[in-house]
Amino acid sequence: MSSDANLPIKKPEGEIKLETHDLSLYYDGFHALKNISVYIPARRITALIGPSGCGKSSFLRCFNRMNDLIQSARVTGEVLIDGANVYDRTTDVAALRKRVGMVFQTPNPFPMSIYDNVAYGPRLHGIRERSALDEVVEKSLRGAALWDEVKDTLRKSALDLSGGQQQRLSIARVLAVEPEVLLMDEPCSALDPTATFKIEELMIELMENYTIVIVTHNMYQASRVSQYTGFFLLGDLIEYGDTVQIFENPKDQRTDDYVRGRFG
Amino acid sequence: MRRTRQAFEEQLEQLERHLLEMGTFVESMLEKAGRALCQHDVNLARETIAADDTADQMDLQIEQECMRLLALQQPMSRDLRTIGTVMKVIADVERVGDYSVDIARAAIDLAETEYYKPLEDIPRMVEIVRRMLRQALEALVARDLELVRQVIEKDDEVDRLWYKLRGQLEQTMRERPEIVQQAVALLLVARYLERVADHVVNIAERVAYMETGRLEVLAPSHLAEAPSRADAEGDSGPAQE
Repeated sequence: MSSDANLPIKKPEGEIKLETHDLSLYYDGFHALKNISVYIPARRITALIGPSGCGKSSFLRCFNRMNDLIQSARVTGEVLIDGANVYDRTTDVAALRKRVGMVFQTPNPFPMSIYDNVAYGPRLHGIRERSALDEVVEKSLRGAALWDEVKDTLRKSALDLSGGQQQRLSIARVLAVEPEVLLMDEPCSALDPTATFKIEELMIELMENYTIVIVTHNMYQASRVSQYTGFFLLGDLIEYGDTVQIFENPKDQRTDDYVRGRFG
Repeated sequence: MRRTRQAFEEQLEQLERHLLEMGTFVESMLEKAGRALCQHDVNLARETIAADDTADQMDLQIEQECMRLLALQQPMSRDLRTIGTVMKVIADVERVGDYSVDIARAAIDLAETEYYKPLEDIPRMVEIVRRMLRQALEALVARDLELVRQVIEKDDEVDRLWYKLRGQLEQTMRERPEIVQQAVALLLVARYLERVADHVVNIAERVAYMETGRLEVLAPSHLAEAPSRADAEGDSGPAQE
């Protein structure tokens, strides 16, 4: 079992949606991501695991350039979506974030009605017609497995929903702008087991149409829902591969120690 | 975190200890069954049969331990492979116990029968499979792939003895119909021993999996065709048993 040099990253079979080549991220002088090269397959769930501060959330934020919002952040290398570099000067960042939606750790509904929360994005992108908005709200809430629970209370405040419902509303809000990729940064860490189960079920349904990348501290969640897993440690991508292989027979001693709970 | 991990590692060590105890217990059942057969010792045969309840109890207890660890610790990687291996191995060890009982029953059936020839190949087979079992368990404890290889090699020797004995016993039955009853019993005993060796090979394969993470058949000779009966008879020489 290796434990020093990082293992070569094998390209998964099938269509590749996202890839990075020699990606490094610096916060001022701190080298937060070190020369990451990886291929993320389309319409699959890829889980990123690793101890706190290992760089997995920073890595996730490279795909929709959320790191641009941090002044001290500097990126080198390539981040590609469908083969096009998202850090290219000509990239329309607003359009990129429409294609690559993000769900955060804590549900963050706007202080408005359930309906308006979901309609917010489409309105921002110019949809004004009532029937079109109704349609997109219903479709998105159905897609997020929330419609049946809220269809009679769409005008109620989103803040009245439970934590699990609010998180599914956050997902509905992302789906409303019809993205291609869903980035999920610990989407269940504030949820109870039942709500977590619903989100995991939802992720597996969404996988049919979306490429999902999830950061999770919960290894069992990673093993339950994902097909590919990457293990980060101190800014390095130590090992990346088939989820079954990572959890049953990791190749790197550091991955083995982490998944067995020997550190972290 | 460190304390819970340490407790888990102690539970894993205890699990392996219990498996080793079960393996040693079943190995002694096999040895006693073989001795009971060779020495016409009915008491030893009865002791072997009675011991099976204890082996079954050990099997259940270890399985329970595995289920508890799976449920409470949700093991991954090497830990998961270890527990999966133990669960699979106890089934093979338990079957070795059952075959020992079958041999002990044959010993009781043949207790009043004088063998038409002193038994030679059967005690040899008992000795080989007993050693194989011990080595497989040692391989498990020591994570020793070299021992795994040796166990698998020995299976070929057991297979050769089985084919040889089968040919000889068939020939003897044709030539001396009056000994058919004991020859059939001995033929079955030889078959049981050959099957015991196969179960031990399964154990060795699981040990390899535990260590390498690769699930594979390491003893392809299992799949090979048995020699034709004519071949077995051709080089059989005088009947041994």
